Amino acid sequence: MQKALAPEISTWPEENPQLIGSKCGACGATAFPQQDHCPRCSAGEMAALLLPRRGTLVTWTTQGFPPGAPYAGPTGKDFVPFGVGLVQLDDVIRVEGRLTENDPAKLQFGMDVELTMVPFTTDDEGNDVVTFAFRPL
Amino acid sequence: MNDVAIIGVGLHPFGRFDKTAMQMGSEAIQTALGDAGIEWKDVQFGVGGSYEVCNPDAVTRLVGLTGIPFIDVFNACATAATAIQVCADTIRMGKYDIGIAIGMDKHPRGAFTDDPAKLALPQWYAENGQFVTTKFFGMKANHYIHKHGISQETLAKVAAKNFRNGELNPNAFRRKPMSEDAILSSPVLNYPLTQYMFCAPDEGAAAVIMCRADIAERYTSKPVYVKATEIRTRRYGAYEVHATSAPLDDDVSPTVYASKAAFEAAGVAPEDVDVIQLQDTDAGAEVIHMAEAGFCADGDQEKLLADGATEIGGSLPINTSGGQLSGGRLHGMGFLHEACVQLWGEGGDRQAPHTPEVVAVGVGGGPVAGSMLLSSR
Repeated sequence: MQKALAPEISTWPEENPQLIGSKCGACGATAFPQQDHCPRCSAGEMAALLLPRRGTLVTWTTQGFPPGAPYAGPTGKDFVPFGVGLVQLDDVIRVEGRLTENDPAKLQFGMDVELTMVPFTTDDEGNDVVTFAFRPL
Repeated sequence: MNDVAIIGVGLHPFGRFDKTAMQMGSEAIQTALGDAGIEWKDVQFGVGGSYEVCNPDAVTRLVGLTGIPFIDVFNACATAATAIQVCADTIRMGKYDIGIAIGMDKHPRGAFTDDPAKLALPQWYAENGQFVTTKFFGMKANHYIHKHGISQETLAKVAAKNFRNGELNPNAFRRKPMSEDAILSSPVLNYPLTQYMFCAPDEGAAAVIMCRADIAERYTSKPVYVKATEIRTRRYGAYEVHATSAPLDDDVSPTVYASKAAFEAAGVAPEDVDVIQLQDTDAGAEVIHMAEAGFCADGDQEKLLADGATEIGGSLPINTSGGQLSGGRLHGMGFLHEACVQLWGEGGDRQAPHTPEVVAVGVGGGPVAGSMLLSSR
């Protein structure tokens, strides 16, 4: 069966899944993933907030070598370099995540991207693990 | 409040060695003691910084169990700044007259990796492949060079310059010069940063002995004065290493705040600085820190590097020892050591001309930054 790498951070497997962040009831600051206290004003009034699915690419790089443990993705000859980006989701928050594109020539600052769930790895029990990523539009 | 002077330094070369970090620390201490012309029993307190060694104070077993107070510090990339600050401020406040700050490390090969929980990060962040320091450096460098019109070639110029300087430094780790083309064509680890635009983890140790400035002339004719040490962490809005999310309202890096505070505390301006030592974990970091620390405007680096301004003989010499790119990734104490060597005019082939009088040292960056100003007057 399919399962998410981190089930608590998105609404997947709902259709058109959204990441789950949090918003401060006192000052309006946002954070992803959810946390109890506000990183800006320290108040303990953070409530869950479903984040927009679309945004723009603020900055990006590529990961050209397999990260060390506890990286759970394919390593060795199965490793495929991947893109990583900081994505501004509407006017709500910037979220760091994998990109479905790993070619620098095809990545542009400010380009439109959308949240998607992508195949990531197979776990010890044979489950297909999916993770969140941003796909250029 | 006392003024504080550095009266002796010691360095164990950077590289890979068949000995423990403690042994290297012990050797650096002995060199520093010899340099200051004092004995271990004259040292009244110590501060030790390390990432790999959990109890730097244990080095006393190798140099003498004199019972002195010894504080172990770890403060990420600002560990050296922290050890120096604690040592200097203890003397400044009058608690002791003579102290030593030590850094020692023996890093495993490869990019740093750890349990994300230790950095207040969720497990998935690492499992997903995002908990990689070099990835963040790529993100920040790519953003910066895009925004400020700096070329990837300029990043290669920084690395080539530091490798050239390292060739002149017998204590450096990588002493082989590399052409800009070879640096650019090495494997891309995190775009736009290639393999040789990154420093390599290694081993080594350094020690700095300080005392009350008014007694410094008992030990040396050339005291180096610790004019300022300032440490800052990121503010809300600074997108720095290891972040799952960031707000829309940007704030500048902690390096900006630390450097500004140090200049104010020392009563000097960036244009008064003769030689600069800046954390160059990667070539992008050196470029970015030049502006963040106040030595140029954003974007000026392209021309400054093209004109050779940051070369040893240039108007703005940076990382005369080869920095971390050639010296290797350590606790940051090597920058302090090099600052003293330059102020003493003892840099040999890598000595900046017209014996410098003020040297700035910027370590860290990212989540925590330290800024120091040292002067021979």
